[in-house]
Amino acid sequence: MSVKTELDFTLNGRPVNIEVPVDMTVLNLLRDALDMKGTKYACGEGECGACTIEVDGTTINSCLMMAVDLQDREVMTIEGMQTGHMLHPMQQSFVDHGAVQCGFCMPGMIVQANYLVKKNPDLTREEMKRGLEGNVCRCTGYTKVLDAVAAVVGAKG
Amino acid sequence: MSEQVAFQHIEKTSLIGKRIKKPDAPAKAMGKTRYINDMVLPQMLYGKILHAGRPHAEIISIDTSEAENLAGVHLVITAKDTPELRLGFVKDNAPLKDRVRCERDEVAAVAAESEAIAAAAIKLIKVDYKDLPGVFTVEDSQKKDAPVIQEHFPDNKSLKFEFKHGDLAEAEAKSDIILDDVFNVHLVTHCCMGTSCAIADFDHNGKLTIYSQTQYPYNYKMDLAPALGIDAGDIRVIQPPTGGSFGAKLDVYPFEPVAAILAQKTGRPVKILFDREEEFINSPTRQPASMHLRSGCTSDGILTFRAADVVMDNGAYTSWGATVPVIMMRTTSGHYRVPVVDFKGQAYYTNNSYAGSFRGYGNVQMTYATAQHMDMFAERLAKDHDLDPIEFRLKNAQKSGEVTPQKSYLRECALAECLTTAAEASDYVAKLNKYAAEREQKGRYKHGIGLASSIHNAGGAKIHKSDGCGTILKMDDYARVTVITGASEIGQGIDAVIGQIVAEELGVPPEHVTLVNNDSDLGPWDVGVHASRTTFIAGNGARRAAIKAKKQILAAASKQANVTAEELDLRGGYVVQDKDGAVVTRLDKMLRQMHFQPEPDVVMVSDYYEPNSEPEGRDHISDHSAAYSHAVHIAEVVVDTLTGEVKVEKVTMAQDVGRVINRMGLEAQMEGGLAFGLGFALSEEMIFEEGRLKNPNFRDYKVPTAPEMPDLDIHFIESDCEEGPYGAKGIAELPTIVIAPAIANAVYNATGIRFFNPPMTPEKVARAIWEKKNS
Repeated sequence: MSVKTELDFTLNGRPVNIEVPVDMTVLNLLRDALDMKGTKYACGEGECGACTIEVDGTTINSCLMMAVDLQDREVMTIEGMQTGHMLHPMQQSFVDHGAVQCGFCMPGMIVQANYLVKKNPDLTREEMKRGLEGNVCRCTGYTKVLDAVAAVVGAKG
Repeated sequence: MSEQVAFQHIEKTSLIGKRIKKPDAPAKAMGKTRYINDMVLPQMLYGKILHAGRPHAEIISIDTSEAENLAGVHLVITAKDTPELRLGFVKDNAPLKDRVRCERDEVAAVAAESEAIAAAAIKLIKVDYKDLPGVFTVEDSQKKDAPVIQEHFPDNKSLKFEFKHGDLAEAEAKSDIILDDVFNVHLVTHCCMGTSCAIADFDHNGKLTIYSQTQYPYNYKMDLAPALGIDAGDIRVIQPPTGGSFGAKLDVYPFEPVAAILAQKTGRPVKILFDREEEFINSPTRQPASMHLRSGCTSDGILTFRAADVVMDNGAYTSWGATVPVIMMRTTSGHYRVPVVDFKGQAYYTNNSYAGSFRGYGNVQMTYATAQHMDMFAERLAKDHDLDPIEFRLKNAQKSGEVTPQKSYLRECALAECLTTAAEASDYVAKLNKYAAEREQKGRYKHGIGLASSIHNAGGAKIHKSDGCGTILKMDDYARVTVITGASEIGQGIDAVIGQIVAEELGVPPEHVTLVNNDSDLGPWDVGVHASRTTFIAGNGARRAAIKAKKQILAAASKQANVTAEELDLRGGYVVQDKDGAVVTRLDKMLRQMHFQPEPDVVMVSDYYEPNSEPEGRDHISDHSAAYSHAVHIAEVVVDTLTGEVKVEKVTMAQDVGRVINRMGLEAQMEGGLAFGLGFALSEEMIFEEGRLKNPNFRDYKVPTAPEMPDLDIHFIESDCEEGPYGAKGIAELPTIVIAPAIANAVYNATGIRFFNPPMTPEKVARAIWEKKNS
């Protein structure tokens, strides 16, 4: 049995207080302890980006971060992007541009795309490609993903 | 006329060819979709499999006592607990093994209260192995004293395929150029983002509900039942949303019956979910092949023959991988007009992993060879006989109505149009000559352009007794439509296409069509998601069902409006006059009137669509698909001659799609399909040493990422397939098939070096350039 510790952090704008095993990853905390299954496991070693979330405004692979390190931090997952039933403009753009097929990598992809656009609203297509390099998709060939992100950037500009 | 007075006219519009959004995309984009990987059932246990991790061994003993005594472990099973009956194409596989034939062999399994306990329990199982000499190449497999891998196949020979047509000796004598090369196609795997998963749950009557990623739910029951000793009728297959498939789930693999056996014996639902390393090691691969191809042509540029001798590493068990010669021979005999054909394919058992079906199914392998031979002929003919490389291909391109030596009937053939469209759009010939001329000049970066084409079945493939699909359609009192189809949605987008087709026929918005599928207790029969068939087969079925519903409604409306049914149409949620769109009545109102009358007339129709294709026979002479299609890719590359890196900058794609249905979904399939072929061509490779996979992770097995994707210039050629829905053909595999040889031909154009053995990794390309320079 692992040692447990108490953890306080903010998840999608709401405070969370939970006791977690010290060897639990953020991915497992989200998926198993908090039933936030939007964030996906696909490799568990930071190579595919399916588990991408925002921590304190920066994206990370949640499979590589320990849950205890979330103390006092702000986390945003894919579930935190929409407003009620309204999709976030980035989510809507992925839908509108046909970027979602099996959709398994999409939560991580969309969180990462949103982060890139927040950081640089004038993102070029080349910069998008570089910024999404760590997010593997096996269905789309990325073209429609880039179209979706470009539309959000264009809409802003 | 009373209230049906035309107060409004509705023009005839069409949804066909429009961009239709995937209905399940919003939930997926919001992270709301519960994939099979996310599912937790009440009282569910977690199953875990102990894999042998060694390629060839006897199992002397297995001690499971420590694992059984671990708190939270409910059950440990080994081969002695599983039925004798076998899995796989020739029934040479079992859920759990009493002998080890490859690294991935399942030796024991546990069911426990958590994934962590199950993983800990697996480590407590003690197996005493006696390692045996292994066979890791087809050459070694054929040796006289080679170890026998499967006792029922003492010569290590697995499946064999042959097809001959015409007089080979005579064709050779007529040939002015004969090419003779061996192409070795390597091992790659699907890398579905959602790892393999099954959840088995028995009820009190002994009926199994299995939540599965399978692509063929109906025949799956038949394949799974013998492994469990239950009746196929007592299995319900539910296919929750899944993280990709691409052919990986077209067979029953051992983890699925293992989950079911654990559930059967514990009385609890059991879930088995692979981690990424397990996924790499224990999933099917694309069938590797060594293809000795000989091709001939005359100095006028007319193909004279193709002779292919294909040797395949079967691995330890036979799944669908070893059956790919069925399609390889169609390529050998049908990729351009080939008058004389001699095809041989033989698979040999080894102690390596084994292949399943994979997008492109044999054609990825064979086209890598045939399309390069076409390019080699084109170069020779241009140089020695001043024949234009496109003209050469056009001379050999089939025309509509031609029949291949295997009796593939090319009713609508647009190969010539694909060739000219792509060549013109990319300025192919001018660039080809320019880059060839620049090849020997100084400079680190060399440009190249390469063309490849292929043929593939585009109207299903009748490899089972039926290639059909059932559809049930009902309309409610509010003009909402429910379509129950046998066709499975696994991410490819049949949900959008069926909604679109039914909406087109019934004159309702696509959002008013609800699709019910992915549950074998609900849906009528379907073969499965494979062979680029679903839009063609299930699309036709849905259309036929919708037309029946429409006829029923218009017949009822015609009585009311005092006109013939032929004079009426359904548009925009109304019954209208066909000629001018004058509104007769609201559709929902019409449906209520039909329903609530002394003799109720409710719209509930069904259809079973069986394509007009012929079963694939033992002689391989049959029109096995209801349609065939061609695609041409022209790849433009830059080769860094210092590092060997091949950058694909642009691909011009021209594909005969019959008719565009959902333009957005079609583009998505073209782009995604191309990405698969790109990885196969340049970076993806499973590296085995003595039967052990050395790179079971995304760091060392390199799938394409966003920066590697080239710009695409996509051209849809619409040949209007008579049998297809609205003229459409199946499309999903050709983009994966054609790109790799197009890149190989482009790399040749840039460097003068031909790569017979993909992938064209920087290491391999740099070495070949270095060796050429120093030779």
